[in-house]
Amino acid sequence: MKKRSVMKRITAAFMLTLTMVLLSGCNPMVLDPKGPVGDSQRDLIWISTLLCAIIIVPVLILTAVIVWRYRDKPGNKAAYKPKWEHSTKLETIWWGIPIVIIVILAVVTVRYTYHLEPSKPLESEKEPLVIEVTSLDWKWLFTYPEQNIATVNYLKFPEDRPIEFKLTSDAPMNSFWIPQLGGQIYTMSGMAMTLFLQADEPGVYYGAGANFTGKDFGKMRFDATATSEEEFAAWVQEVKGTGTELTMDGYGKLAEQGTAEIQSFSGYPQGLFNSIVNKYAVPGSGGHHHGGESTESAEYSKASTDEAKSTADDQEMNMDMDAEMDMDHEHHADHE
Amino acid sequence: MLEKIKEFAGDFFVTGDPLIYGADVSIALALISIITVLTYFKKWGWLWREWLTTVDHKRIGIMYIIASILMLFRGGVDALLMRTQIALPDVHFLEPEHYNQIFTTHGVIMILFMAMPLMFGLFNIVVPLQIGARDVAYPFLNSLSFWMFFFGAMLFNMSFVIGGSPDAGWLSYAPLSELSHSPGVGQDFYIWGIQISGIGSLATGINFIVTILKMRAPGMKLMQMPMFSWSVLSSCVTIIFAFPILTVTLALLFLDRYLGAHFFTLDGGGNPMMYVNLIWMWGHPEVYIVVLPAFGIYSEIVATFSKKKLFGYKSMVFAMMIISVLSFFTWLHHFFTMGSGADVNAFFAITTMLIAIPTGVKVFNWLFTMFRGRITFSTPMMWTIAFIPCFVIGGMTGVLLSVAPADFQFHNSYFLIAHFHQVLIGGVAFGYFAGLYYWWPKMFGFKLNEKLGKWAFWLWNIGFYVCFMPQYFLGLDGMTRRVSEYSWDMGWGPLNLVSTIGGFLMGIGFLFQVWQIAHSIKFMERDTTGDPWNGRTLEWSIPSPAPLYNFATLPQVQNQDDWWEDKQRKANGLPSTKKPQPLEPIHMPKNSAIPFIMSVCWFVAGFGFVFDWLIFAIPGMIGVFICLLARSFSYDTDYYIPVDEIKRTEAALRGAN
Amino acid sequence: MLTRKFKTRPFMAAHTDTAHGSHAGGGHGHDEHHEHEHESMKTFGFWLFLMTDCILFATLFATYIVLKGNTNGGPTAHELFEMPGIIASTFILLTSSFTSGLAVLAMHKKNVKGLIMWLGVTVLLGASFVALEVTEFIKMVHEGATISTSAFLSGFFTLVGTHGLHVSLGLFWMIGLMIQLSRRGITPVTQRKVNVISLYWHFLDVVWIFVFTIVYMMGVM
Repeated sequence: MKKRSVMKRITAAFMLTLTMVLLSGCNPMVLDPKGPVGDSQRDLIWISTLLCAIIIVPVLILTAVIVWRYRDKPGNKAAYKPKWEHSTKLETIWWGIPIVIIVILAVVTVRYTYHLEPSKPLESEKEPLVIEVTSLDWKWLFTYPEQNIATVNYLKFPEDRPIEFKLTSDAPMNSFWIPQLGGQIYTMSGMAMTLFLQADEPGVYYGAGANFTGKDFGKMRFDATATSEEEFAAWVQEVKGTGTELTMDGYGKLAEQGTAEIQSFSGYPQGLFNSIVNKYAVPGSGGHHHGGESTESAEYSKASTDEAKSTADDQEMNMDMDAEMDMDHEHHADHE
Repeated sequence: MLEKIKEFAGDFFVTGDPLIYGADVSIALALISIITVLTYFKKWGWLWREWLTTVDHKRIGIMYIIASILMLFRGGVDALLMRTQIALPDVHFLEPEHYNQIFTTHGVIMILFMAMPLMFGLFNIVVPLQIGARDVAYPFLNSLSFWMFFFGAMLFNMSFVIGGSPDAGWLSYAPLSELSHSPGVGQDFYIWGIQISGIGSLATGINFIVTILKMRAPGMKLMQMPMFSWSVLSSCVTIIFAFPILTVTLALLFLDRYLGAHFFTLDGGGNPMMYVNLIWMWGHPEVYIVVLPAFGIYSEIVATFSKKKLFGYKSMVFAMMIISVLSFFTWLHHFFTMGSGADVNAFFAITTMLIAIPTGVKVFNWLFTMFRGRITFSTPMMWTIAFIPCFVIGGMTGVLLSVAPADFQFHNSYFLIAHFHQVLIGGVAFGYFAGLYYWWPKMFGFKLNEKLGKWAFWLWNIGFYVCFMPQYFLGLDGMTRRVSEYSWDMGWGPLNLVSTIGGFLMGIGFLFQVWQIAHSIKFMERDTTGDPWNGRTLEWSIPSPAPLYNFATLPQVQNQDDWWEDKQRKANGLPSTKKPQPLEPIHMPKNSAIPFIMSVCWFVAGFGFVFDWLIFAIPGMIGVFICLLARSFSYDTDYYIPVDEIKRTEAALRGAN
Repeated sequence: MLTRKFKTRPFMAAHTDTAHGSHAGGGHGHDEHHEHEHESMKTFGFWLFLMTDCILFATLFATYIVLKGNTNGGPTAHELFEMPGIIASTFILLTSSFTSGLAVLAMHKKNVKGLIMWLGVTVLLGASFVALEVTEFIKMVHEGATISTSAFLSGFFTLVGTHGLHVSLGLFWMIGLMIQLSRRGITPVTQRKVNVISLYWHFLDVVWIFVFTIVYMMGVM
């Protein structure tokens, strides 16, 4: 009776999950990636699942067999050895098997960890497009330093070109996640994290703020649209033509708690992103102190220098926020 | 004047939601009925003498268990409310604020006020009996631990009707939990509720380490100790290393909120990520604290119901100790996505995976305990058998989560939710249920009804898979945790509906367990043997329920599974190796009201700190201080039970044999 | 009736002159042995408590070190700390640790008066340590360096304040113990209590050495 029920439960669980996948209509997002990062992560998920299955499946079968065979039933002819409690050979085997599997998995993991380090640039002939991401309570602000435009709660970028996301937060920590393109990275105040992603085909991808930040964090979803280069250029022009400019005051209002509709801005204060980062960066300890990776900070500093240089040409340095600190930051970057 | 009172009451009491009013009414009714019953049957004195002031580990254990079952009910209702809200797209059953409060209290209650006390309850009831001791090392401290937990939990739960519940998640990440983002008192209830009960937990950790190391029956070597006691030891060692970190973390958060310090604030140079690190340095070991004793329970049960010695005893002990140590080196896997760099992530990925090795070994050892045994399917054993596949799958998804780059895709999603519920329900809750069924006759002297127990078992198990398997897929499909609403076009509706149905099946399973307990109390059959399961360890050698002093004479231990070996000798017609010991007066601790009063003072002080009312906080702290002094000055703390009385008690208990 | 073979490990032994009067005769040897065992068990528990306290301080030190540089434009350690006062209080605390040791020595010689006297000296020294610390804190607050000025000062006040709180609690405890000693003399119970408090006192001394090195020395360097 027992075996039947155990087996039944296991098969039932499998059948159930199978039906679920079918029910949900298509492949779950994470297993149906549309970019190189997501691809590698999907591969890694399958590899690790299979490696685990090598040990899990036999254990499940063994459980069912043992429970059935050694049930207490009159006339059960299976061996009964109540004092048999140790076997060096057997125990060595089952210390050994998990060790081997874990060693293999560890090697795979370490290789992928370096390969998929989010701040590592993707291999591509094209220059990455930089998009700065700021999580606010409860909305996303995306700024495009090269294009000098900004959007709220939606993203557009060209397909087949690496995107270098710079992430920070002007609110409690959130997490920037576009499942079909690749995994998430936290947005943290006082730090600028880097995440490289790329879409291999045009499409509208679902994006989310994955980390809880209070009341309306559930509304921090956004669409990330990958288009052709031409369409992207056209869109940039359109935004530049039609939208209003985001001012410092406007940013201040935007940063207040509350939800927001989709918005586009034909321009924004230069160095806005850096000033948001520097607002929380710790004075007296030389900038990015918060647990961030040092290479990242260095890389970020480089990027920000470039940006600072480009902004220096601009006449209007309309910055009333932490202007001094920003200067400070430039000095740091120069030292490096 | 009236307006002012009205205004105050409007802030003070949580208002505006019919659900809350309903709860208010039922809480009031429950209180009134309890008071009426106690007064009518003149039971106040009895309650005070026999329970509130008791230092008897068995009674304290029972109180822990009752409290944890109540908390399981509250946490379970929270869970079902959440599942109802997200069963379908675009439901407006709970507003986001309310939903946030409910998942916060669900998490805190289930881990800290359900799992922990249920675990401590089992520690209390079983450990002294299993190692042949007459109480724990510090019975007074033990009672204090219980009451600190109880009043901490009460303080936390009070936030439901007074002031408002915390809503920053069960670990209350800063800066969300700081005054800047959570100005209400909910977060202060969180801090003080957990802080007060946490001090109790720390004391319990110390208490049981000393009990196990110093109070084993004569002759019982460490390597002959029952596996449950080993698991308690490893869990308690983990407690004493992990809980001080929690104490400090909460204290610092309190200083931030109360005195405007800048530990974890966004401004002033505070470091919010330090909070995340600190809370997980406690939080990760915490999950091993609750799961290790469950491993111990499975080990006891699997041996008893396979009628076979536990396989690989040394491996089991070794594995648990490795787990306790490793649990302190994995905390960062809770935030790989912080982007600490490949080196750091790779290190923590590997330490996390390493834990799978000893855990896997334990699974094999349980399987090979059943191998060549004779398995009977009583309820405790059924939970144990169901645990194995459930935990193995949950463990596997855990290993998947530890693969750092893959975790970037799993993190903060329902995949994670499904994983930790699978190990916490399949591993911890199943284990504690098994333990509860197994040791129930030892606590109360009768078994629980098996038939209703099997109903509850199947409902829980089927409900579990129906509830959580879909969540893995929801996670992979991009559904993030803690969202209270989603739209139709996400396509998450069907799986969520299935999951909610599973949740309710488990809820029905819980109702069956309540019915089972009520039914068994009414139609119980007394267990006159003291050994209803044909057990192996010392707790089964004494009558059920155990007398106040546990053992009339202390057992002389020669073997692992000493009681079983003794029974085998008798069955084979061999003389017992035990020499009958003469009865002697037994030294016992006296009851004390101090733990109860001191915890009430803590409660008052905590309440004062929550609302920043020094008129409560100062007298409360003074009360605590006076209680400490009173304890230090009391020397008349114990007495002897005379031999005559022991003889009478034993005759009454064993007379039925 | 009472034999020496009898081993009752479990109970809080304590002094039981009233409770078992009927079988006290002849049982004294057993009782003492048994009491001794219980008192040593309590001491063992106290060691475990000290371990948890160690972790508590370790965590506070860790947070202090992380936040040390985050002065938020406020005063730095270098500007704030005045070493002469700190060195004085360090000597006072070290001396009090020594006198608490003398108290234990007096106890071993069964010298109740000496014991109480040395405990009293320890209390006085401890109290002056606390007084110096409070003065230091008040001075800082007057200079505008409060717990809410910067993360560095939050860490500083919390770490040093927690140590000070431990010392203050120890003072009350010690006074309580002196009263108990004067009433009951040296018994196994009071003896254990003296041992435990001197353990606690030495522990606080060690913690202070870390505070002195990590907070003050490294702060002004």
